[in-house]
Amino acid sequence: MNRRSLLAALAVTRSSRVDDQSRAVTRARYFPNVELTTHEGKKVRFYDDLIKDKIVVINLMYADCEGICPTITANLVKAQKLLGARIGRDIFMYSLTLSPEKDTPAALNHYAKMHGVKPGWQFLTGKPEDIEMLRRSLGFSTGNQKLDKDKTNHIGMVKYGNERREWWGMVPGKAKPTWIVESILWMDETNVKPPAG
Amino acid sequence: MANISKRNRRREKEIMDASKNRREIIAAQFSRRDLMKMGLLTTAGFLIPKNGLSARAPQFGGGGFGGNCFGFYGQGGTPVSPPTTPYLEAMPIPPIAQPVLNADALTGPLPQAAPNTAAGEGRTRTHQAFTTLPPQKYYEVHQIEANISMHPQLPVQKLWTFNGTVPGQTYVSQYGQPNLVRNFNDLPANNGGFGIQSVSTHLHNGHTPSESDGFPCDFFGVTKWYDQHYPNVLAGFASTHPPTGDINESMSTLWYHDHRVDFTAQNVYKGLAGFYLLFNQFDTGNETTGFRLPTFPDFDIPMMFNDKIFDPTTGLLVFDLANRDGILGDKFLVNGKIQPFFNVKRRRYRFRWLNGGPSRFYQFYITKQDNTNHNFWVIANDGNLLPNPVLTSNGVRIAVAERMDVIVDFSSFAAGTKLYINNRLEQCDGAGPTDNIVSASQGNKVLEFRVTSDAVSDGSVNPATNPSFYAVPAREPEDETRCFKFDRENGQWVINDEVFACDDVRFKVKRNDAEIWNLEGGFNWQHPIHIHFEEHQIVKRNGNTPTLIERGRKDVVRLGENDDVELFFRFRDFVGRYPMHCHNTIHEDHAMMLRFDIDDVGNSNESDCGRRF
Repeated sequence: MNRRSLLAALAVTRSSRVDDQSRAVTRARYFPNVELTTHEGKKVRFYDDLIKDKIVVINLMYADCEGICPTITANLVKAQKLLGARIGRDIFMYSLTLSPEKDTPAALNHYAKMHGVKPGWQFLTGKPEDIEMLRRSLGFSTGNQKLDKDKTNHIGMVKYGNERREWWGMVPGKAKPTWIVESILWMDETNVKPPAG
Repeated sequence: MANISKRNRRREKEIMDASKNRREIIAAQFSRRDLMKMGLLTTAGFLIPKNGLSARAPQFGGGGFGGNCFGFYGQGGTPVSPPTTPYLEAMPIPPIAQPVLNADALTGPLPQAAPNTAAGEGRTRTHQAFTTLPPQKYYEVHQIEANISMHPQLPVQKLWTFNGTVPGQTYVSQYGQPNLVRNFNDLPANNGGFGIQSVSTHLHNGHTPSESDGFPCDFFGVTKWYDQHYPNVLAGFASTHPPTGDINESMSTLWYHDHRVDFTAQNVYKGLAGFYLLFNQFDTGNETTGFRLPTFPDFDIPMMFNDKIFDPTTGLLVFDLANRDGILGDKFLVNGKIQPFFNVKRRRYRFRWLNGGPSRFYQFYITKQDNTNHNFWVIANDGNLLPNPVLTSNGVRIAVAERMDVIVDFSSFAAGTKLYINNRLEQCDGAGPTDNIVSASQGNKVLEFRVTSDAVSDGSVNPATNPSFYAVPAREPEDETRCFKFDRENGQWVINDEVFACDDVRFKVKRNDAEIWNLEGGFNWQHPIHIHFEEHQIVKRNGNTPTLIERGRKDVVRLGENDDVELFFRFRDFVGRYPMHCHNTIHEDHAMMLRFDIDDVGNSNESDCGRRF
């Protein structure tokens, strides 16, 4: 058993202590298991394939967004670089399109390539009603109905979490990439330490 | 300028639409049955989002709601709590913290100025005043999960506590008697759905060195501990008023709560909060001496108010992880119990009212059974005694984290009389209250007073005689002026368009400088803004002299829509990092916070008022 698989085994042992009942409630409340399609054309289930047992980073975007999306995507690209090999291994990044009608897997693939996105970060589209349900259940909506309908003013927060530990927080997408990375790394239970400075 | 007015117009339209929605809901006065008939509420108690309707079902069991309303955002289906019978249980009074015998009696090594990282301390910085103001009393507190009943008709809840109670134990201290609190993180592996097992305990309103303040980024993990040194010293002790500090800067009702960056709302909602009271030679805790305020603890009672949501199926506490606007509960708790009763004798009491959050504003009245008001006196704002008591016939408004010490006189009531603490401020969503005051019968009656027949004496001062407490400290010309706008962009809460990061020092205040800070509220949202370390005086609110109740020293200032307030500060004695943030803890956790540092150099206003926009 090498060091990495030992760590993985330890992680499983730790997870057995986690309260499965409350996880089920959280799952039912916030993580509908809808079918989505990745920018690589793969069909996935939101909870089963993307969220369960993972440390995740989730944001909203759409390919022809001219507002804050490019800034947030650029920040997340830098964050992906800083997190290096961990992305796709134990930390996963997801961008949900707000324009599922326009943003086909091919369009999202183009967008990902254009921004230099590396593996481990998936752009997701799906049925408009499923995307809308996800947007609301994940907390990317607001009670201000007018603001909520304005796609150009969509939520610029990035959700991060550790599903196994039921830790869920948000960091602004306009924050510095180093700060976004800091926040994401808090989700690693072996790394609970305050930032320096 | 063109951009500003365009944005203003768009926002004004939004505001008008939102208030139109609200008015329609209020006018319609939907009942739970109405909502179900309309298909807006399921039998499980979930509201179904439809056509922009924003309301939640009326409250059950006592209190009544009528014209009041609740926010609902459609994310995750915020449930409506199950019914509970009001006034079944007595209001608990948190236990008083007991110090250990001496430093040797603490678990672990002796306290020291430098962080004891080798022995598992989570602190990273050296105590500034450990040798000059050495601890005289030593406390040990363990943050642990405990089974807590919030109401007999609901299941026991697994909450996070300081030493096993909610609220946590009350620290009772004297000025000039420094404390050391060794704070252990013994939280469990499971969070049960929300909360994070790393913590930073903030002493709210303390004149505390930065390393013991509970800065949001000074959190520490499970199995770690953290020595917090509370000098209990008056501001000015090392600067303007040596050696003891300015008596007119005395603070009395402080509280402590978790402040972990991004997770404050979750951890505090889960139970991590308590009172910290300070007495001195004037506010003595004994009604026969000093200011002769009602004697602690018999007639001087801390009350922490919270609103919470419980799952209609399981009865377990719900925190809405998907809500970033502000969470409103439909159950009202005082000292951790839903709608308790409290027996009072026929005399005066001092109540220390604290809004423990997360997002609701209250306007509390004392109402009788016939729904008429019983006037009371406000003696302290944010725990700071006002120059003189202020009689209120119009209730008192308390935003999250604000404290109001009040004197209520029950001497005119016959034994058996019942009175209520009644919140009559309408609030429909996390944005803030509507400013509509509902009728007394429609308010949230959060606590029932029961006047007993016990024989009683009252040696406390009668507020009607207009006793004087502390003078408001004189202001001096400011060395610096800074301006701050609290707003929202793309659902990201911002201060001067920027978001929070632990390592982002937005500006530096020069130690012992006097400063004027102008705080401006944005459109459509209200924010209780808390500034750590030094208290402020409100110089102007929207160009006007503040009300008598706001004419003292404060650490939280309410910003209504478009409000403009001018604050006076002196940043004295200690250096280090401190935050300013919105204390709607949902806003705070979504980056409505900034870090400023106090040092001996300072810098001028990077948020210069003239070129801010």
